[in-house]
Amino acid sequence: MSLKVTTTVRRPDGFRLQVDNQLPITGVTALFGRSGCGKTTLLRVIAGLERVRASEVRLGQETWQAGRYFVPPHKRGTGLVFQEPSLLPHLGIRANLEYGYKRLPQRSRRLHPEQIYDLLALGPLLARRPQELSGGQRQRVSIGRALLTSPRLLLLDEPLSALDTQSKREIMPFLTRVVRELSIPALLISHIPEEVERLADHVAFMANGRIDRIESLPDALSRPDSPLFVNEGPASVFEGQLVLGGDRTMAHFLVNSESSESLKFWLVTERRSVSGASRLRVLAKDVSLALTAIEGISIRNQLPVTIEAVTPLAGGGHCLVSCRLGNGEPLLAQISRWSADELGLEEGMRAWALIKALALMD
Amino acid sequence: MFGLSPTDWQAIEVTLKLCLYTTAILLFLGTPLAWWLASGRSALRTAIQAIVALPLVLPPTVLGFYLLITLGPEGFVGGTLETWGLNHLAFSFTGILIGSVIYSLPFTVQPLLEAFNTLGRRPGEVAASLGAGPMDRFFSVILPLTRGSFVVAATLTFAHTLGEFGVILMLGGSIPGETQVLSVLIYDHTEAMNYASAHRLSLGLLVSAFVVLFIVYGINRRFRTVTL
Repeated sequence: MSLKVTTTVRRPDGFRLQVDNQLPITGVTALFGRSGCGKTTLLRVIAGLERVRASEVRLGQETWQAGRYFVPPHKRGTGLVFQEPSLLPHLGIRANLEYGYKRLPQRSRRLHPEQIYDLLALGPLLARRPQELSGGQRQRVSIGRALLTSPRLLLLDEPLSALDTQSKREIMPFLTRVVRELSIPALLISHIPEEVERLADHVAFMANGRIDRIESLPDALSRPDSPLFVNEGPASVFEGQLVLGGDRTMAHFLVNSESSESLKFWLVTERRSVSGASRLRVLAKDVSLALTAIEGISIRNQLPVTIEAVTPLAGGGHCLVSCRLGNGEPLLAQISRWSADELGLEEGMRAWALIKALALMD
Repeated sequence: MFGLSPTDWQAIEVTLKLCLYTTAILLFLGTPLAWWLASGRSALRTAIQAIVALPLVLPPTVLGFYLLITLGPEGFVGGTLETWGLNHLAFSFTGILIGSVIYSLPFTVQPLLEAFNTLGRRPGEVAASLGAGPMDRFFSVILPLTRGSFVVAATLTFAHTLGEFGVILMLGGSIPGETQVLSVLIYDHTEAMNYASAHRLSLGLLVSAFVVLFIVYGINRRFRTVTL
């Protein structure tokens, strides 16, 4: 299914949003771009909160806006999560959560309160007031509230950006569960690569009011000049299962694999981590390379790889080494030019990738 | 009772009726008007906002004069009503009710406009995204979050209508049981050198106006419009 959007918005300050694209709506599609590039305006047009003349919005076969035809936001069946939790302050938590559910005809209710309370661990919050909750808890409630409208499309407008680091960590596993377990198509607005890499299946790159390109996440991660790499550098992303250890401090991540060879990463977990389908993000700068396996070392992950390419990176001092893991998946390592030269790394060589478990903290 | 004459009681009845009707009509008309004014910016909105505020600056006699010639037998509205076989509206309760509604309009619209602006669009958008239609949004979200301002708007409108004089005198005259409200009766008593009666009614109005305002400011402190 896809979402077709055609719109042009001009603002008095000279800003212009001009979009005429088909966004893939299977799994999570991220709208990635800097603040002020028009992401939120585009989302508001899609949600019907902004009625822009001469726009066209279609979800699959269904038309939401075309010519003078306009479906108002409350009839679009989209679930919206704003940047700020925006709980209704005159209602308790349960009433907030069930506000949309109560207004939904019986036959359209696909997600039910008990299920969502379970998924998002909302049980202990139900009897409280919005004012008594932390920022992270409120955003969890607002995600649950949107889900309880059994949306056909979930619109997430930078749901983590108004939160402090601690709350972000707290919410991320829940968001992951939502997108993995409920299979509701979602549009995620974000300017943070980590969010995109952990949640999205497709990425639409936005800049200066336009969508430059739309590609799948693996494609977006395969080119060294990807806009996703601007902050923390290149990264590799693995789909798999997080399996918590007995003492809940160490865990391993089992990568989904089509080949017979299984691939496992050890990592340190947070108190709130939960077992289950998840994604692992490995920053290239956290990966070291060695020519042999090393004993007597604190690094927990030592994985055999085959080197496929060594690409010098802009700046000159370091390079990106594209490796292939035993199960056929790519892994990127970022090392200094000096090391690469000294080890004599070249295409076809076998080596060991070393990654600290702490660097993979979930 | 309280040494008031039947004429005084009749004036109190007309006054209360006028205040209640005016308040009810204005809440009904002023709410959508304030909502519309708060929901965007355009030249038309600015013009309407200025028109709404006119009664604050115009002498009541100006308003009363124009209403008299519009609603009277020769006026556009009054004349049309006469050709339909109805009565014109000058010197009638309906006439002064229309005058009061226009005269007190800013006292309803201003507090509501203020509240809707403070509240912003977000609560309504949240409710819409959760499937609530416009009326549902108003009653389940907007009204509960701005109820303090509704109480203020209603009380101010009521109190302002209570103090109305110029418009009524111009448009309605002083017909007992029909257009003779307290403020006009006090004027009549004073003109007739009937100071004792004028004093009783004046003091009554003074005290009740104080009580009403005391309540308004008390409420204003207690419920602030909640923002998200």
